[in-house]
Formats: sequence, C-alpha cells, structure tokens
Amino acid sequence: MPRRCPFDLNAQYAQLQEERPVAPVTVASGGPAWLITRHDHVRQLFIDPNLSANGAHPTFPALAPRRKSFDEQSKGFLPWMDPPEHTMYRRMVINEFTVRRMRAMRPRIQEIVDVYLDRMLAGPRPIDLVQALSLPVPSMTICHLLGVPVQDLDHIQRHAEIMVSRTHGAEERAEALRELRVYLGNLLTEKGAHPGDDLLSRLVARHRGAGVDDHAHLTGLALLILVGGYESTASTISLGVIALLEHPEQAAALRDDPVLASGAVEELLRYFSVADNVTSRVALADVEVGGVKIRAGEGVLLSNAAANRDGRVFENPEEFDIRRDSRSHVAFGYGIHQCLGQNLARLELEVVFTSLFRRVPGLRLAVPLEELSFKNDAIMYGVHELPVTW
Amino acid sequence: MRVEVDRDLCVGAGQCVLAAPDIFDQGVEDGLSVVLQNEPAPGRRPAVRDATQRCPAQAIELIDDEG
Repeated sequence: MPRRCPFDLNAQYAQLQEERPVAPVTVASGGPAWLITRHDHVRQLFIDPNLSANGAHPTFPALAPRRKSFDEQSKGFLPWMDPPEHTMYRRMVINEFTVRRMRAMRPRIQEIVDVYLDRMLAGPRPIDLVQALSLPVPSMTICHLLGVPVQDLDHIQRHAEIMVSRTHGAEERAEALRELRVYLGNLLTEKGAHPGDDLLSRLVARHRGAGVDDHAHLTGLALLILVGGYESTASTISLGVIALLEHPEQAAALRDDPVLASGAVEELLRYFSVADNVTSRVALADVEVGGVKIRAGEGVLLSNAAANRDGRVFENPEEFDIRRDSRSHVAFGYGIHQCLGQNLARLELEVVFTSLFRRVPGLRLAVPLEELSFKNDAIMYGVHELPVTW
Repeated sequence: MRVEVDRDLCVGAGQCVLAAPDIFDQGVEDGLSVVLQNEPAPGRRPAVRDATQRCPAQAIELIDDEG
C-alpha cells in the first residue's frame, strides 16, 4: 500500500489497526489472506509454529506473480525455509553475524564511509546522496565481509546498482541479479580451492564439514547475504538523512552527542521499516488471533511498518524522536527468521549517520522535500534520488 | 532470580547481548547465546526482562527463586 507522504504510512494502516486488526485482503497469487497490523498480533504470529515461511507452498501469499525457475532460484534462501531444514542451515552461518564479529568490523566500516565522504566533499554539488553514499556503503561492507577480491568490487557494485535502479528496465535488473549469482557461484568455487580469511571461505568449509556440499544452496545463501543487506540498508540511510534534515535539532543533538547514536538508529528503523512487504506466511493449521480464525491454507501478511506505528506500544507513534526507546520495534522481524544481518545493519547506520553529520554539518536538501520521488510501488520503500548540497 | 537459555531454540540473533552484555554473550563457534551470570543481581532484573522480550526465539527464561 503506498505511503501517504514520505514520513507517514498509508492512512489505512492506522484505521485497520483500530477497526480491523486482522483484515481480509487479496494478493497477487489469489486466495484468502489476512493483513495483520497490531504490534502484539504481529509478534504473536511471527512465533506461531503453525505459520510456514515456505515460499514454495501452493497457497503461499505472493505479492507479485511467481516467476519461472522458482525452485532453482530459491535454493539457499533461508527466509523461505521452515524447521528443521531452516534450523540446520541457519546454524551454519549465525556465528558469522554475532554482535562481537560485527563490532570488530567497525574500523573497516569507518574507513569505507570516510572514503566515500572524502570523494563526496571533493566533488561537485549538488550530488545524489543515494549514489554517493547510501548504495556504496552497504555494498562495500558486504563485499568486505564476504571476501570479494578488490579487483572485483567495481563489477559487484555496478551490477548491484542496476538491480535496484529505476533507470534500468525489469529485464536488465533481472539480468544484473543473474550475473551476481553467477559471479558468487564462481567465487565460492575459488574459495573452496583457495580459502581465505573471509565469510565465504568459512561457509564452504563449514558446509563441507557438515556433509552438505550443495553448490546451488551455497550460491543462494551467498546471494541472500549480498542482496539482503543492500537495498534495505541503503534505503534506511537515505530516508534517515531526510528525516534528520527535517528535524535539525535532532540532527545537531546526534552530531554533538554520539551516545544518542544507537537510540537514533533504532528510531530510524522503527520509523521507516523499509522491509514492510517481505514478511508473509501461510497457515499450515487453523490459527486464532484477535478473535479471528485463520484457516489452514490461508495467507498471512505481517506488517512490520504498521506494528512499528502501534500507539499501544509507541506513544505518539507518528512522531520521529531519536530519544525515545524504540527497541521493541519489529523492523527486522521477529521469530526464527529475524534478520540475520541486523547487527551489521545497526553498525553501518551508526557509523554513517555520526560521520555524515559530523563531517558535513551544513548538509541540506538541494531540492524541496515535495520534489523527491519515493519508491511507493517497490517491494522495498526508499527514495529514487536524493540531491543534497552543503 | 535465575537466567536460563534454551540453546535448542536460540537463533543467534544477539539481542540478549544488546540488552544485557554483562549477562549474555554469544559462542564464538556457534553464535548461540551463552549465559555469563546464571544468578545476576536483582538490580539487573529489568535488563534481563528486556532480553527475554527481545529474544526472537523465546529462548530465555527468567526464573524467580522460591520463598
């Protein structure tokens, strides 16, 4: 559902939350589905074992028509697996994303941010911040984590940018995704033969050790890691910059007091919840929520964004306030599929926002807010371009 | 109060570490939750409760002592 204005969700969400918290909806795949908007209901259903995340299920609610070669494309895709398969595969990768390991990346992330800020400050103004900072920071960070060789970084970045850009048609974007998959498959083979000190090398070794040497699965998992933290993080950076520029007192406070950074990041996650259309489930058995019976086979759409604006949990939820306690947000989901890379995302966002406002204190929009073009029809919310100056 | 983690349920999200880093850690080899203090001081109760609620796998239990 399109957002009413850049900062507010569709007005229907608030109405549904009050009047019809478990609302019947239609989805592209047909079949009955239910939209869940209350924070308590969303959390309850995220942990209900009767709800399956299996995207291959015949009545899984698809928000877009299912493409051909679905099954091959979905190998290694953790978000669409159920226990016990999900449990086994997720456990082979979670030690790569611990809080400690992610924090150890802080110096490298700071280096990446500094390089892009240096370039930006030395270049012309105005500039599109999406291209100059929001896209490169997550892609370079993920590439470093995965162990992409330096000489291939440009290749990855170019294809990743095409994949999320509206100046390229659907076929070109699909082709860019295919190319990334092919590249990662080859890189995995290389890492298997000549391991390095990086996530992909360890992933190959670990899977081999567990006797699950499935190249297609590993490739899918590598692609998930590359793509999963890309547009989501980039969009949150861009939108966060807009929100902070629209609330200059808060931007100044953040710049002057870095202690506010982690709270500010949680509030940005809550406020924008860019990944609102990616949490769907299908009921394997009857489930009751909010006095409504969801029948086996019916689809369930869990709206993270609506839950994050639930006045029962967040006072004055429509207000952007970096000082509030936003930690019970569900921007990263909840339950066993909660975002694997969430602690990396948090760190990237902290580093970007503190560095940007410290080094570019005069940052401002180069066009009026009303002229910005937001991604209202895409799977992931965001802004197409963000012209800024200083 | 006692704090226990069910490692069969844990998905390694690390939210317990963020909520109470003095009480929870993550195993280096498996990324799963490790309880550093099984019987934390009563003053840490709010942080432990926070961890319990934030855990996406419902793997943390706060057990009150009897008597």
